[in-house]
Amino acid sequence: MIEPSRGGALPALALQGIDKRFGATRALTSASLRVHPGTVHALLGENGAGKSTLMRIAYGMERPDAGTIQVRGVTVRFDSPARAIAHGIGMVHQHFTLVPVMTVAENVALGGHGTLDLQWTISGLHQLSERTGFALDPQAHVELLPVAAQQRVEIAKALMRNARLLILDEPTAVLPPSEGTTLLRWLRGFADQGNAVVLITHKLSEALSVADDVTILRRGRTVLAARAADASAASLTSAMLGAADSGDRPIHSPADRHERRTAAAPVFRAERITVVDPAGIVSVRAASFVIGAGEIVGIAGVEGSGQRELLRALAGRLPVASGTLERPNVVGFVPEDRHRDAVLLDRPLTENIALRGAGVRRGLIDWRAMGERTESLMRAFDVRAAGPRAPMRTVSGGNQQKLVLARELGAEQSSGPSAIVVENPTRGLDVRAMAQVHDRLRRARDSGAAVAVYSSDVDEVLELADRVLVVYAGTVREAPVDRDPVGRLMLGGEIDGSD
Amino acid sequence: MDPTEPVRSRFHAARHALVQEAALTAMVVAAIGGSAALLLFLVGFPILQGLAALWTGSFGSWYAFTSATLVRAVPLLLTGCAVALAFRGGVFNIGAEGQLLIGAASAATVVLAVPAVGTGAPIWIVAALIAAAVGGALLAAAAAYLRLRYGVLEVISTIMLNFVAVHVVSYLVRGPLQEPTHVYPQSATIDQALRLPHISGAGRLHMGFVLALMLAVATGWMLRYTAAGFRLLATGESPSAAASAGGIDVRGTTARVFLLSGALAGLAGGVEVLGVTFALYENISPGYGYTAIAVALLARLDPWRVVVTAVLFGALEAGAGAMQRDAGVPSTLVSVIEATLILAAVAVQAIRSRRPAAFDTRARSVDA
Repeated sequence: MIEPSRGGALPALALQGIDKRFGATRALTSASLRVHPGTVHALLGENGAGKSTLMRIAYGMERPDAGTIQVRGVTVRFDSPARAIAHGIGMVHQHFTLVPVMTVAENVALGGHGTLDLQWTISGLHQLSERTGFALDPQAHVELLPVAAQQRVEIAKALMRNARLLILDEPTAVLPPSEGTTLLRWLRGFADQGNAVVLITHKLSEALSVADDVTILRRGRTVLAARAADASAASLTSAMLGAADSGDRPIHSPADRHERRTAAAPVFRAERITVVDPAGIVSVRAASFVIGAGEIVGIAGVEGSGQRELLRALAGRLPVASGTLERPNVVGFVPEDRHRDAVLLDRPLTENIALRGAGVRRGLIDWRAMGERTESLMRAFDVRAAGPRAPMRTVSGGNQQKLVLARELGAEQSSGPSAIVVENPTRGLDVRAMAQVHDRLRRARDSGAAVAVYSSDVDEVLELADRVLVVYAGTVREAPVDRDPVGRLMLGGEIDGSD
Repeated sequence: MDPTEPVRSRFHAARHALVQEAALTAMVVAAIGGSAALLLFLVGFPILQGLAALWTGSFGSWYAFTSATLVRAVPLLLTGCAVALAFRGGVFNIGAEGQLLIGAASAATVVLAVPAVGTGAPIWIVAALIAAAVGGALLAAAAAYLRLRYGVLEVISTIMLNFVAVHVVSYLVRGPLQEPTHVYPQSATIDQALRLPHISGAGRLHMGFVLALMLAVATGWMLRYTAAGFRLLATGESPSAAASAGGIDVRGTTARVFLLSGALAGLAGGVEVLGVTFALYENISPGYGYTAIAVALLARLDPWRVVVTAVLFGALEAGAGAMQRDAGVPSTLVSVIEATLILAAVAVQAIRSRRPAAFDTRARSVDA
């Protein structure tokens, strides 16, 4: 591994040989990161590569199992963020940690020590604004501020505690493009004053345009540390995605896929559809594609690319703003947040089955018939539970997910091909439950269902999919079922590797 | 799974539930008796005499049971159902008291506006009861609007609206509805013909009891067996899942829960005016709308069980009156006993809500 060298200056932050386990999962294996003063450092990696965990360790939110942390050449141990802050490290999380009803000054003062002197905080904020060109009204109420300003409050919190190294987790993901550019320009200026910035991101273009150095994590290991000037989009992409490890995952042969594809009659047909998310941001632009009966179409995309809204439009949970989307009247939907969006945790399994179609049902519910239907679905999908009257909460995650799948596939009805949209179907499930869920999705496909499945794990998409659609910045493109082209499209490149 | 298993387990479940129910009732009665005895002892009143008065005043005779206990159970039954329905639907309506007061004022306004009572009396009574329900629903609608439009927590808005209702009644009985002599802060007495008829052979117990019983049965039936009731339960349980997985109109359902709950509580006020007080005055409710929360919680938010808990609390209110009269126990002490029971109800609820965890371990072993 090549470390970029920076003359004799001590690194602002150096993480070396960091190991971290969460139960049986290895989040980090001997990961390292070296951030030099005066630089913006991009930390890249796929979802779950360990970027956030590494930075949470640097900020004292997690303790490493092994490895050393050095700040300007001094070895430190952080047992809390307070210790990290004392060493001049500040972190801006993706989800802000602000009290909405408080003013900017009150939020900044929060977490301080001793007596509360708001006047001091306010004058400090004014000085900060002058020094850094940071527009912030100390008396404004945080909840009334736009997202970009709230983010500035988070940064101000760190700066008021004399942070010289700022860690920002996906800071531009929540911003409109113009605000994102402004932030990046400001971060550049902050670094130029001798400070340092770590930018957690999965946007290649961002990393290449603003960063001096790049570190890439893959599956918890540092696989690349280089100067941005020496890197290209292609080299970064291949480092992020790695070589496809075809050995441990069974993948259907291309011939097999091709056969299914030609047999498919369209179930979903999208013609230049645009989808706007509830906050009013255009998430999907002019997307055209077809999903046929008897195929699994995998959807890939890095977080925030618009796939979430695309899935909800397919499932009929979000309206299409323009273009035409032909879809069956009833589409099953398995959302990623099962506990919030799919089940009634404290109600019996039977009521969870009855939930589907509850909005349009009239008159009385025949609970005896519903109980029998639940039992037959439980048998068909091998759902292990004390019985149909057991509360959903008492059933394991894998069995909950199987029951949701059973419900959404409407497996007992034989009228026409069913359609189902599935989002991160195996999140939080163990290996065995994962295999069972995959098996159910394939069986549904084999019995003629149109299946659209998104997973933040690209390998899961590739494993299940007969065809792949990649969403990048709201545009939808089809890719061959292969890791390299899918990965390149996900990061904004072209199928053939050209930028 | 053994094919006979469901039948057997259902039987066991039913028996288990019955035993639980009996155990709970015994606990509640013990709590009442125990706390009453303890308080009487602490304050130095003769324990046996006090407890005897509590009993004779509530269940001691047919007259006490019907004219005291059941008469007080009627408003508790209606407001208890209002609270149970609201809580089930995820609406924390603490405003049953205010809705009751507005209901009482609405009913009184209607019957006092009748110029000359002829053969149309029953129609006026029905109109007054409808006005009571509408009045209660309108007050709840204000809270519903605030919540759905501005996200104001109904826990706060409904409590605030209770004060509004108190002062509306206060204004009415000193202003537009004041009795003709303009001496007392109360309305004129309602004409005999416009009162709810008494149930024959049941003392002062009026037809409002039958109405309340029917509505409690209907509310419980709706929650158990109708699609609309299930939408309400699902919305209360998880609005996001109800919307996403069930395609339920969550906002519409929530609005309906507010209105239905307010209507039931308003009706309680109407029934009270037309069946018991025969006039509108300021302290027409001794806090029925607040006691209703304990009534509903103790009934585990099931309108059918509310029938039992409302009678229990009705008995307590009635027995308390008797204790004051016959044993000279001051009413403050009686309030303490009631408060103890309400605390016990909340504690029972808290213990119950912890139960799923124990269930969890059992189910997990099935799962493995």
